[in-house]
Amino acid sequence: MLHLILFLFFGAICVAGAVNLLAQSHPINSALSLIAVMASLAAEYLLLGAEFVAAVQVIVYAGAIMVLFVITIMLLNAGKEERSKGSRVAILVGIPGVVIGGVLVAWTLLHRSNMQAVPIGALKGDPSDIARLLFHDFLLPFEVTSVLILIAIMGAVVLASRPETVARGARKDEG
Amino acid sequence: MPAPHENTKDISLSITTFIIISIIKSVAVVGVLLTAVAYSVWLERKVSAHIQNRWGPTRVGPFGLLQPVADGVKFIFKEDLTQPHVYKPLYIAAPIISLVFAITSISVIPFGNWVNIGPWGTYLQITDLNIGLLVVLGITSMGVYGVALAGWSSNNKYSLLGGLRASAQMVSYEVSLGLSLVGVLIMAGSLSLREIVDAQGGVFWGFIPRWNIFHGQTVAFFIYLISAYAETNRTPFDLPEAESELVAGYHTEYSAMKFAMFFMAEYANMVTVACLATLLFLGGWHGPIFGPPILQAVMPVFWFCLKVFFFMFLYVWVRWTLPRFRYDQLMAFGWKVLLPLAVANIMVTALIVAWRA
Repeated sequence: MLHLILFLFFGAICVAGAVNLLAQSHPINSALSLIAVMASLAAEYLLLGAEFVAAVQVIVYAGAIMVLFVITIMLLNAGKEERSKGSRVAILVGIPGVVIGGVLVAWTLLHRSNMQAVPIGALKGDPSDIARLLFHDFLLPFEVTSVLILIAIMGAVVLASRPETVARGARKDEG
Repeated sequence: MPAPHENTKDISLSITTFIIISIIKSVAVVGVLLTAVAYSVWLERKVSAHIQNRWGPTRVGPFGLLQPVADGVKFIFKEDLTQPHVYKPLYIAAPIISLVFAITSISVIPFGNWVNIGPWGTYLQITDLNIGLLVVLGITSMGVYGVALAGWSSNNKYSLLGGLRASAQMVSYEVSLGLSLVGVLIMAGSLSLREIVDAQGGVFWGFIPRWNIFHGQTVAFFIYLISAYAETNRTPFDLPEAESELVAGYHTEYSAMKFAMFFMAEYANMVTVACLATLLFLGGWHGPIFGPPILQAVMPVFWFCLKVFFFMFLYVWVRWTLPRFRYDQLMAFGWKVLLPLAVANIMVTALIVAWRA
């Protein structure tokens, strides 16, 4: 019972944060609502028994990535957005899209409701279980993904640095 | 001390008793923490004074011991200025965010072992999570927002620069801080702070305690110590509030109780960091235990507090001994020295543990 109340409570915060994210006109308020969404998602994971995932969600998303967002907004000194009337494409495609998506979700929920609910703690959520999956069962995909991320980081460094510094560095290597 | 049955914890208690015990523990721990914060300020003023051959606070109470009370009263009665040019919602929220996260992180810190009071028994800890360490890291990483938002919402260039410096510094040093802990985790094989402390019981060769600092994690300890100083924005890494360049950094525009909240958050963070260092590297509440039973029950908490006090003293000592870094030196030191060292420490620890297993 307590679980259900907390689940609904954090779910409500999550949805409210997401709506507020879109409604706010100032980027920093939007970023802060996104942090609220991330944090309440972490609380939901915690309620599902996935303690490690919850902690990582807070540390990585709410703690690290969103701090970088906030720093960027602060550095750019971004002001209030201008309100536009909204694009026609968004209205023509977006509203039917939302309706179709909602119908699909509702249909799936109604027709699959005979599936049994998973009891809390039945899924693997322990740090040791996740470690076994990552470093034993799925070692190769994990390592390949990390190499991919490394390549992406190096690409970002090359793209972000000014061309002349790259050229100078290359010449230094030759000489 | 009776050994607690596995998983006894508080589950065997009725829900009412559990709630009452939890409330008592929370109130007691937060009370002790806030008192510790107040007296760390006194300690800082007193030690810094003696380092500079002065007396420090002496007027209020014996040895100036009531000075924190006087400071508190003064902060409450000061005029609370809110500049017209600030962004009000975040300007007010920022000190609250700082203080709340600084205090929350104490909730998973264990202070001692199992105690029995009458028919009830409990761990000396508000709550024991099996991911305790990650919770502390998560909460401290959220604390950055208080500083960053204070700098931004003050709408003042010195505040903004201070906030930017603080958030960049805290994000950078959090990496090496987190990595320096991995060696300890490999040794203990657990993320629960209680199990990490339990793994450090016993002695080598009859006299050297089996603490992690003497057990292969010496390098990690110093990496942790340095990163922790940077995380709490203390000298020699106090660039966010470098008074010679930035007036007072991110809290330039704050006065009265709002300023005091930042101040308290800084000292509460210092206490948390000192507690973590004690638990992870100095064996927590382990120490020689002797004397009558009542003394034996109190000794672990005494050892824990003594070690935390040592770290608080070290903070002050370092602050009044070392000059401030330059900002590029700070970043270069964090990324080019501490980070590779921490990674090397993890690899060596992992190899040795794997080789022994």
